[in-house]
Amino acid sequence: MTLESPHGHIQARRGYARRKASSTVMLILTGLTTTLALIPLFWIIGYVVYQGGKYIDWSFFTQLPRPPGVAGGGVLNAIEGTVLLVILSSIFAIPPGVLAAFYAAYYPNTPLGIAVRFSTDVLSGVPSIIIGLFLYAVVVKVQGHFSALAGGMALAILMLPVIIRTTEEMLKLVPPALREASLALGAPEWKTSLSVVLPAAANGLITGFLLGLARASGETAPLLFTALGNEYFDFAAQVRSGLASGQNPFAILAGILGQPVDSLPLTLWKYAQQPYPERTHQAWAAALVLMALVLSTNIAARLWIVFRQRRMKG
Amino acid sequence: MINKSRTPLSVLGKFRKRMGKSLHHGDRVWQVLTISMGICVLLLILSIGWTLWQGSVDARLKFGLSFLLPTLDASWNPVLDKFQAWPFIYGTLITSAMAILLALPISLGIGIFLAELCPGWLRLPLGWMLELLAAIPSVVFGLWGIFVFLPAVVEPVGSVLGHTLGSLPILGSLFAGSIPVSGASRLAASMILTIMIVPTISAVTRDVFLAIPHSQREAAFALGATEWETISQVLVPYGLSGILGAVILGLGRALGETMAVTMVIGNSIEGTLSLLRPGYTMSSVIANEFAEAVSPLHSQSLIEIGLLLFVITLLLNLLARFLVWRVARRAPQQEVRG
Repeated sequence: MTLESPHGHIQARRGYARRKASSTVMLILTGLTTTLALIPLFWIIGYVVYQGGKYIDWSFFTQLPRPPGVAGGGVLNAIEGTVLLVILSSIFAIPPGVLAAFYAAYYPNTPLGIAVRFSTDVLSGVPSIIIGLFLYAVVVKVQGHFSALAGGMALAILMLPVIIRTTEEMLKLVPPALREASLALGAPEWKTSLSVVLPAAANGLITGFLLGLARASGETAPLLFTALGNEYFDFAAQVRSGLASGQNPFAILAGILGQPVDSLPLTLWKYAQQPYPERTHQAWAAALVLMALVLSTNIAARLWIVFRQRRMKG
Repeated sequence: MINKSRTPLSVLGKFRKRMGKSLHHGDRVWQVLTISMGICVLLLILSIGWTLWQGSVDARLKFGLSFLLPTLDASWNPVLDKFQAWPFIYGTLITSAMAILLALPISLGIGIFLAELCPGWLRLPLGWMLELLAAIPSVVFGLWGIFVFLPAVVEPVGSVLGHTLGSLPILGSLFAGSIPVSGASRLAASMILTIMIVPTISAVTRDVFLAIPHSQREAAFALGATEWETISQVLVPYGLSGILGAVILGLGRALGETMAVTMVIGNSIEGTLSLLRPGYTMSSVIANEFAEAVSPLHSQSLIEIGLLLFVITLLLNLLARFLVWRVARRAPQQEVRG
């Protein structure tokens, strides 16, 4: 790296020019690797939109699957199943996640606080298929059948670390003075947390929830042995037949939660492996819907936080 | 940040009138709730480990260490109830190692570009694009892989590698044989994994570079170093343990990745070591066989593979967190560039 050369000024300058040139080459290379990494992104999005767009139509969203090899039909079962699983997993993951995050954010140095943050880190690294195995052992095997309930719980465990971590970070961003003012006025801690701190952190929390939902709705592996898949799942028909036989709403709900359901990623996985061209076409259409769902949720979450930050600054 | 219509004061006033003296009664409940949810998260990890341990007890007792040991003619035979996991362990190790080998230079380049060179207005959109790449569902990667990436990229690359490197003395065994026409092979899995872990590694690498104090760069420039010399001889050594942490996080993701790998690796147990031949990984054998396991010992063996995967990813995560934490602690707060 030294500029002092025994052979004089000109050689030093030549050496410097060479070093400068190699520096420029390496810097251009870093730009090229960035471009290289982004090629698959546009390739995948472009190809899925092109292929999926060809095969998507109205019946894709409104009809149940036809038997393999028969053209037409849709994936209504999978769309309803995805919605059901996402709602279930939000119910299971958001309230406990937020409560645990409150503890981790306000008692970070207690043994339990350290343990919570530590296990959140570990949980986010556990392969999703292992979570499927776990739920199979503790829910499916005990109940004796695959169910939407087990699938929802599996997705909830995947969402949990995302929710705890973002909630904890957002709670820490709320100025302590707000919380102290509320406590000083005599408000109990729970009331302060729920009606002062939580609303102040709400924007960040929504981002975290959306990112968690995006992750959960694209997952397949934990559903393989929990929700399993169900080509005949039809929410409206279930409700109608339940009402016709005079069941109360809770019994109908229990019936729906207790049976296997399909989801878009699960359907996509099964269809991609089948030799029928109709199924392959529908797999592309399912990929388009799934990707649109996941990526738009993701983008919405990020735009939301940028938009709020800009408004706060301005 | 605070909603004006809901100042704590007005809320409290109304609340006080209603509750009178019993103002703090809810606190005990709130504390118990938050603490118990915290304990639940901890218990969740412990019970996942315990369930996998308990669920594989017979397989562990019956096969012992022979389950894990490397052999070329491993048997995975549900009919005879004889199981050895080596082909899956090898598949996972070789595909993840290849993926890291391919992803590391690319991610390092991206991290350097985003942190050191890229103009400010481009940094955020590029970061977002990488995160979108990470957010694409694994099954979509698999579908695209089967129908587009494998025939267009993996198969040609694989046959070139087979012709050129296949005859080398030792390395050749990794490139022996010919790649199937479909492209489904360990190489395909490695390349798909590379695409999937690049966003993870490069995001952490970028953060590591951004956390390096500015004085380090200034000192190197003052000594006459070019930009690349500053990066390669000063910044990379400074952030080395953070970069290592990033690699380990990426490795954790590659080891656990299931769906995309299952769709492109070909799912077959062959006695070869070759990257160009179809293989199997730990997670893909669980995904393919667990729901249809024929005997209790079969499903126990699959759970034991799951246990092994759980332990490995757990240890890797701990190591990665430790390394990243060490770098973050060393960087003085006021000097961090935003």
